[in-house]
Amino acid sequence: MWATSARRAIAGQSSVTSWLTQLRNSMIKSGEKVRSFSSGSNQLTVRDALNSALDEEMSADSRVFVIGEEVGEYQGAYKVTKGLLQKFGPDRVLDTPITEAGFTGLGVGAAFYGLKPVVEFMTFNFAMQAIDHIINSAAKTYYMSGGQISVPIVFRGPNGAAAGVAAQHSQCFAAWYGSCPGLKVISPYSSEDYRGLLKAAIRDPDPVVFLENELMYGETFPVSDEVLDSNFTLPIGKAKIEREGKDVTITAFSKMVGYALKAADELAKDGISAEVINLRSIRPLDRATINASVRKTYRLVTVEEGWPQHGVGAEISASVVEESFEYLDAPIDRITGADVPMPYAANLERLALPQVEDIVRAAKRACYRQVPQSAAA
Amino acid sequence: MALIRRAGRSLSMLKRSSLFHGKQKKQRQQPIVSPSLPNLTPHLPSSLIRLQINTTYSAIPRGISSCSFRSSYIPNRLLTSEAQPKLPDEGIDDTQFLDFPGVKNTAFTCDLKFVSEKSEEVPCYRVLSELGEPVDGAKLPQMADALALRIYENMITLQVMDYLFYEAQRQGRFSFYMTCSGEEAAIVASAAALSNEDVIFAQYREQGALMWRGFDLQEFAHQCYSNSADYGKGRQMPIHYGSKKHNFVTISSPIATQLSHAVGAAYSLKMDRKDACAVTYFGDGATSEGDFHAAMNFAAVMEAPVLFICRNNGWAISTPITDQYRSDGVATKSRAYGMRSICVDGNDALAVYSAVKSARSMAISESRPILIEVLTYRVSHHSTSDDSTKYRSGEELSHWKVMRDPVVRFRRWLEGNGWWNRQKDTELQSHSRKKIIAAMMNAESMKKPPLSDLFTDVYDSIPTNLKEQESYVREAVAKNPNLYPSDVPL
Repeated sequence: MWATSARRAIAGQSSVTSWLTQLRNSMIKSGEKVRSFSSGSNQLTVRDALNSALDEEMSADSRVFVIGEEVGEYQGAYKVTKGLLQKFGPDRVLDTPITEAGFTGLGVGAAFYGLKPVVEFMTFNFAMQAIDHIINSAAKTYYMSGGQISVPIVFRGPNGAAAGVAAQHSQCFAAWYGSCPGLKVISPYSSEDYRGLLKAAIRDPDPVVFLENELMYGETFPVSDEVLDSNFTLPIGKAKIEREGKDVTITAFSKMVGYALKAADELAKDGISAEVINLRSIRPLDRATINASVRKTYRLVTVEEGWPQHGVGAEISASVVEESFEYLDAPIDRITGADVPMPYAANLERLALPQVEDIVRAAKRACYRQVPQSAAA
Repeated sequence: MALIRRAGRSLSMLKRSSLFHGKQKKQRQQPIVSPSLPNLTPHLPSSLIRLQINTTYSAIPRGISSCSFRSSYIPNRLLTSEAQPKLPDEGIDDTQFLDFPGVKNTAFTCDLKFVSEKSEEVPCYRVLSELGEPVDGAKLPQMADALALRIYENMITLQVMDYLFYEAQRQGRFSFYMTCSGEEAAIVASAAALSNEDVIFAQYREQGALMWRGFDLQEFAHQCYSNSADYGKGRQMPIHYGSKKHNFVTISSPIATQLSHAVGAAYSLKMDRKDACAVTYFGDGATSEGDFHAAMNFAAVMEAPVLFICRNNGWAISTPITDQYRSDGVATKSRAYGMRSICVDGNDALAVYSAVKSARSMAISESRPILIEVLTYRVSHHSTSDDSTKYRSGEELSHWKVMRDPVVRFRRWLEGNGWWNRQKDTELQSHSRKKIIAAMMNAESMKKPPLSDLFTDVYDSIPTNLKEQESYVREAVAKNPNLYPSDVPL
């Protein structure tokens, strides 16, 4: 790595660099503490993490209510709201007619008036029928009203690809919502993330888009006792370093964090130590953590399930080029879903989504290793 | 005759049959069916067991069997797959009861008949004639002279403000304005029938309602001039008023989005058991938006106390109602959603007041939404960006402007009561004009909103990236003060 020592000499020490180094050091320290949340003896599924978070927030604040299709009687299309109707009654858990525009607008109106709705979309693909209310009515109103009307609403539901549900059920909306000022956009990975961030989202006075993943609902993660405490929240806008490394930074969110961790295991066998960042928050994007990590490893691979153009990776790439250009030893690689509507057939679907091998290959390319450019058939 | 015989037969079958197997005789459970349903299956084998329904929230399935979740599921399906006993000789007739879940009150027919596209006529409620005289047989609402005069003064001030602000836009003093000429009675009289606790979700032509609530001329001017005293902090186009203290939600440009917001607010009011309702105004064009249908349906299902006030003024920019919808008016649409409605002469202030007052008390006491179609005519252009002479005839416009002025009609009624006269009218007009011009001059001379207002209120607390951007801008301004506009305070 002869290039690195030369680059360090050239870059010199600027005040921004030293600030970032300090930040990185404190991140490592807090990262150790943060990591302990995921190393407890309790096992918690993502579904239970969401259910318990909703239950506790509804008990704590009577203004919180859940609204959506099938959330009540049916116990939730994915059983995330199981038991809530029985516990809180039909005033707090509202089953609605099939009208995303209707119940989203209603939720926004209730938020204008002072309640705290949690609006569930069966999938964010259907939220497109209500996207005017999410952007024009929710995101922009605090600003446009001159601070008179706040919108403490949470929009949640599965986002991105599932398994064999084809184009109209598989789009990832992280980039679209992430570009909109006024919204906060969260995409958790582990049970600790889901629990802490949903509680934080419900308590937040701003509108929050909470992007879940259908395939993660059944996944189990170990959590510590602090996570199970009813006051446990995670800060919105802070990424988590899931795995420390020094050779290449891999950023990911939602299900792709799991893939990135597997890729890091693979890379470790080849002597490449990858640092995996779980973004947790798409907006605000934790640019400080990402840049600090790139300034340590000098290489970056971004991973997302969504489409490549104007994606989350594009924004991260621009941010790193703006702030840490002189630290980069290799071009930034974006691993994204294929630029096609999601096909249904299992073999085609597999090809349209990033796989662990793709992340491994990209990381090796960034480390100047010889790898074939295209995916193996 | 056939019905009585059939019922008798069912009854005797019931008496003869033992509905329960031996060991379950102790739990003598009556078949639980909705009271509106008769015994649907007199012809089925008597060994059929009917079990009690346990859960409170689950939908009660109609038809043959309802199962308890705890008991084992007796194979009723096997029984229904047996051949049915021969049906009575009369056969199935037209009066056989219809029990599909989707519809409540209807009957079968063997006539192949379609429901007409033409709805039953909805009469239009009015109490004053065009000349401002009570119509024969009309019962006028209780309205003291103080209230009537306040309504009239509001309408005149509104007219003068509209005229002067329109002219100001033409002179380039601000960029945009919308007048409500021809609709003053519809807006002010309806607002007068509400209480200050009712939350208003307006479309964009209801500045009269905000004026009624107490928003003063200076506040209107500040918003249109977008200066530092604007409650919207200079972020909205002119006429996008909003005032929390007046319970008037900030105007939102996309059409009809305010309808479902109103339903949401009404739901909150209902949960809080407040003596207040949500009120939403919209035009005839808005009834084409998806949000209209979603909100109407939802309000009816949720039994939300909301008033849907539709200003049907015949035009949506250049689209006449014949190109907007094919129903006969808007009031008739509510029946499809299971909602009550009324059609009112919107140029008759007394009728509008009376209808809205009555609807409001119904909405709150019965917890139901009501649609109020207020028929009127848009004398104004759609906005300052529109020239309506391009798509409608001068004769039509001048007819409505001159012959059908709602303010003049109300004034005639006031004069008929001896509460008003020409001299007072001239004084009021001139007084309003002076006040409005003073307000405009004052607003024009005020500073514009400061730079900091560009970055605040995007979120509850200003995020780091915006703080950074603001500091970049301030640095740049400090370095090049001559390039920075002089009317934007820092």
